[in-house]
Amino acid sequence: MSDFLRDYLTVVWFAAIALVLASLLLGISALLRPNKPSAQKLMAYESGVNPVGDGWSQSQVRYYIFALLFVVFDVEAVFIFPWATRLEEYAGFGLVEMGIFVFVLLLGLVYAWRKGVLRWV
Amino acid sequence: MIALAYWVQSLLRVLGGTVAVLLPAGTIVYLFLFKMMSFMQSRLGPMEAGPYGSLQLFAEVGKWLQKEDIAPERADKRIFRIAPLLVLVSTFLLVAVVPFGPDAYFTNFDAGVFYMLAVSSVSTLGILIAGWSSANKYSLLGGLRAAGQLIAYELPMVLSVLGVVIQAGTMNLQSIVMQQNAGSIFGWDGIGNPFILTQFVGFLIFMISVQAELTQTPFDMPIAESELVSGYMTEYSGFRFLIFFIAEFATAGVFALIASVLFLGGWGIPFSWFGWDSVGSIDNWMNVGGPLIMVTKMVVLSGIIMWVRFSYPRMREDQLQRFAWKVLVPLSLLNIMATAILKVVF
Repeated sequence: MSDFLRDYLTVVWFAAIALVLASLLLGISALLRPNKPSAQKLMAYESGVNPVGDGWSQSQVRYYIFALLFVVFDVEAVFIFPWATRLEEYAGFGLVEMGIFVFVLLLGLVYAWRKGVLRWV
Repeated sequence: MIALAYWVQSLLRVLGGTVAVLLPAGTIVYLFLFKMMSFMQSRLGPMEAGPYGSLQLFAEVGKWLQKEDIAPERADKRIFRIAPLLVLVSTFLLVAVVPFGPDAYFTNFDAGVFYMLAVSSVSTLGILIAGWSSANKYSLLGGLRAAGQLIAYELPMVLSVLGVVIQAGTMNLQSIVMQQNAGSIFGWDGIGNPFILTQFVGFLIFMISVQAELTQTPFDMPIAESELVSGYMTEYSGFRFLIFFIAEFATAGVFALIASVLFLGGWGIPFSWFGWDSVGSIDNWMNVGGPLIMVTKMVVLSGIIMWVRFSYPRMREDQLQRFAWKVLVPLSLLNIMATAILKVVF
């Protein structure tokens, strides 16, 4: 197997060891801990009083616009990274290109700003 | 170099990774959370278990092992139980990318920076799952806040790292370390060329984003004990709570390690001191010295993270979002362009 793929296999081992370690400790804990459930204990915690309504109550998801903006900027970062590693070859031409690219993005941010989207209301 | 069989290598790496996760977590909790915070608040902190309470950590683990594991009746129990494991897996995946010496690394990705940024956001999933599955209003609010905060600060982090990538011209973390230590400042190579000097703005933005990604205090609205009890962790008890706790501080340590790789020269010492000039010429003892240097830098950087945590009051949720989008993102975009222009001109 190539070194490249072996590196990714190492990542799999790391995920596996995290799960094994946590399961091992949880297993030891399962042997040691008491288990005496009662109705009060299993109730959702709401500062000690009986919970009102459903736990999955309606709440306003305020950050969906942020999430959209995040996707835009994150995809942009994906474009900038390869450019960044080769900047020495592109020199002035690449610089102007990326200047325009970043400028358009900044324009988008300013537009969102002006529209009042960046406020957490 | 002795050639080791693949399974021996993997075993060593996995053991090393476990140490690299648990050691920072233990150090940070004892040194900073137990002792530094106590001293800052004019108290002694734990003193009973071992000299100066140094065995307190083991006592804590022993205590948490015996605590009942409660899942609320209405919770979505299966994913409720998985969530802490997911956060811990994210920490382990993150440490896999950190180089500790010329040959002492776990993985050597060409796109290491990409990998680092990708897996660091896995923990967001775990936190959102924890908040959602608890069927508790506090948890739900905490989880939603965490998601909003982590995506907002992911961006300045990505963009601030871009400055380093532009300057180094590579995304391989090992090469980034090499470049800093082999570099010179206007021809003077006494201390190499750590990127903190040229990327100071990037370093500041990176550390602020790390503080927010770790939900440490000026940015701890997802946990906010005075508003949301304990945020997304409200319903967790026993060892599953401790896993969240370990993962939080381990991730703080790993991010400190990554920051020292990107900005402070990583495991290396300036190559000019010993006349090294390439990977091959570095003496073998650096595989022992490197990890020690990394631990030192980790303690210093995580000390700063914790210092800020113990010193500042919590920001408000809208202030947090405004700071990320209206200050950090434009600033880091400017930083990228400034770095690029300077790189092309010089």
